[in-house]
Amino acid sequence: MSPSCITEKRPKPYAVLSSTPSDSHTWNLLYVQLLMEENGWTVTNLGACAPVAMLLDESLRRVPDMIVISTVNGHGAQEARQVIAALRAEPSLSRVPVALGGKLCVSEDREQAVVGELAAAGYDAVLVGDAAVPAFRSLLAEAAGTPGQHARRRA
Amino acid sequence: MTPETAPAGTFHEFMERARRTGTLVVQPRMGFGTVERMRAGLVATKNADAATVGTVTLDSYTRVGDFAAAERALRAGDELNGYPIVTLGPQVTRGMLDGVRDGGFPVQVRHGSASPGPIFGALMAAGLDATEGGPISYCLPYSRTPVNRSVHAWREAVRRFAALAETGAVPHLESFGGCMLGQLCPPSLLVAISVLEGMFFAQQGISSISLSYAQQTHPGQDEEAVRALHDIAADLLPSISWHVVIYAYMGRYPATHQGALSLLAAAARLAKRSGAARLIVKTASEASRIPSIADNVTALRVAARAGRAAERDLSPPATTGIEEEARSIIERVLDLHADLGRALTSAFALGYLDVPYCLHPDNAGRTRSYITDDGRLQWAATGALPITSAGGRPKAGGLTSTELLHALSYVRDRYDTGAFAHH
Repeated sequence: MSPSCITEKRPKPYAVLSSTPSDSHTWNLLYVQLLMEENGWTVTNLGACAPVAMLLDESLRRVPDMIVISTVNGHGAQEARQVIAALRAEPSLSRVPVALGGKLCVSEDREQAVVGELAAAGYDAVLVGDAAVPAFRSLLAEAAGTPGQHARRRA
Repeated sequence: MTPETAPAGTFHEFMERARRTGTLVVQPRMGFGTVERMRAGLVATKNADAATVGTVTLDSYTRVGDFAAAERALRAGDELNGYPIVTLGPQVTRGMLDGVRDGGFPVQVRHGSASPGPIFGALMAAGLDATEGGPISYCLPYSRTPVNRSVHAWREAVRRFAALAETGAVPHLESFGGCMLGQLCPPSLLVAISVLEGMFFAQQGISSISLSYAQQTHPGQDEEAVRALHDIAADLLPSISWHVVIYAYMGRYPATHQGALSLLAAAARLAKRSGAARLIVKTASEASRIPSIADNVTALRVAARAGRAAERDLSPPATTGIEEEARSIIERVLDLHADLGRALTSAFALGYLDVPYCLHPDNAGRTRSYITDDGRLQWAATGALPITSAGGRPKAGGLTSTELLHALSYVRDRYDTGAFAHH
């Protein structure tokens, strides 16, 4: 079996995209969705103010190759901790890559400090500032190379 | 004029007086998580060199009804993105406003909630008489609450608010309908939703309202839209008191100091030329963080100065059909049911109201918009909207991420590079 044959049979990588429970912004979500789809991903976009329980339900229904949290309302640093704790508490989601990006704090000067804290809390990538989108593109390319590695589809 | 206690109907009376004298009132979009900072912000607004009203913008935990999260953040000392009016309680808020709010300086609460009952309760208990939002404008863009439930929640809350009239106050309610996602919603739909929400408020017994319009991509198109808003409101809201409020651009804001303030000045000119009575400002630091008190005071001063330098334009405007489109949408919605709440709910189900790029599950999602070469916001697809749009988009298919970002950044880029600085 040639490598190209394997590539053709490989399913599209699948992602769940979400805001945080208190964040009503959606232009960021729409942009990230388009970006991912253009890079060959299938995306379920949960939209504004998605409760943590909804993110869990959706991710457990079909375990994704990546979970992406995009938030810009300044409460991200607070809410993202609850999100990652809830995701990592589920055995089937404990190893799914989770990327977080956007504006995470009310004031910009505190942002760099929380990046390390959130990575330590379990995020695989915490993307802020001008470097966020290029870094996210690299992450997508990397993750798309190994779809299904973390995901186990439920019957 | 600084009475000990705020007289009833403060906001309504202040705005009526401003409207009669042609004074453009400027207002910040300001909210802080602590009592001290919120009070300091209001004091600075009051003392700014401009005709101002104060704003208490609430935090987003309060907006979604997660009062426990607001409480936790307060205890932990985490910075909130607004004032937690429900969690702090009426006595604290009365104290915060004491000696600041008076007949010459009314205060409005701004929030963004599709389930506003507790917020209305808290602001009324604190003695406040002015707030804003709406069953559509605070549901679709800001929540995942079904439209039907938002309409019910707003109907109940607005009726209770209207009952303040029994105490001699004149409660004032502003529709946020002229914003709808902040950008890329064509003007006719903004005007239609603003008027429809105003009529919904009137149907619940509110007698003093304001109708909003958010600055978009083209000064001439915006002026046509705001004049259409005035004409339609004059026809459809004949028996209540109303004025028009302009929002300085609500999309991606210029990052440069110069660009940000010249976009704000353009909003002030729009307000003055089109006969709006009030302007809600944006600041020079909008693009990077929640603005400081000093940022807001500068913005108020810049906006007031630009407003004073402009005159109301009474010449017949060049029209491109915004008023006809808006009237057509409004009439079709009004025909659905005598109860406007039911009419609005059905209008979304049928796609008669359909906001471009809105992800809410109840939005049909069959409309699209684009920015023309000359900078106007135009329909690319009208779905089931009851309009016949002249402007169809030449390019078929959906937007790419790059095209979306380009459209979202159109105003920001133009002002940051000085392309609009000639005004």
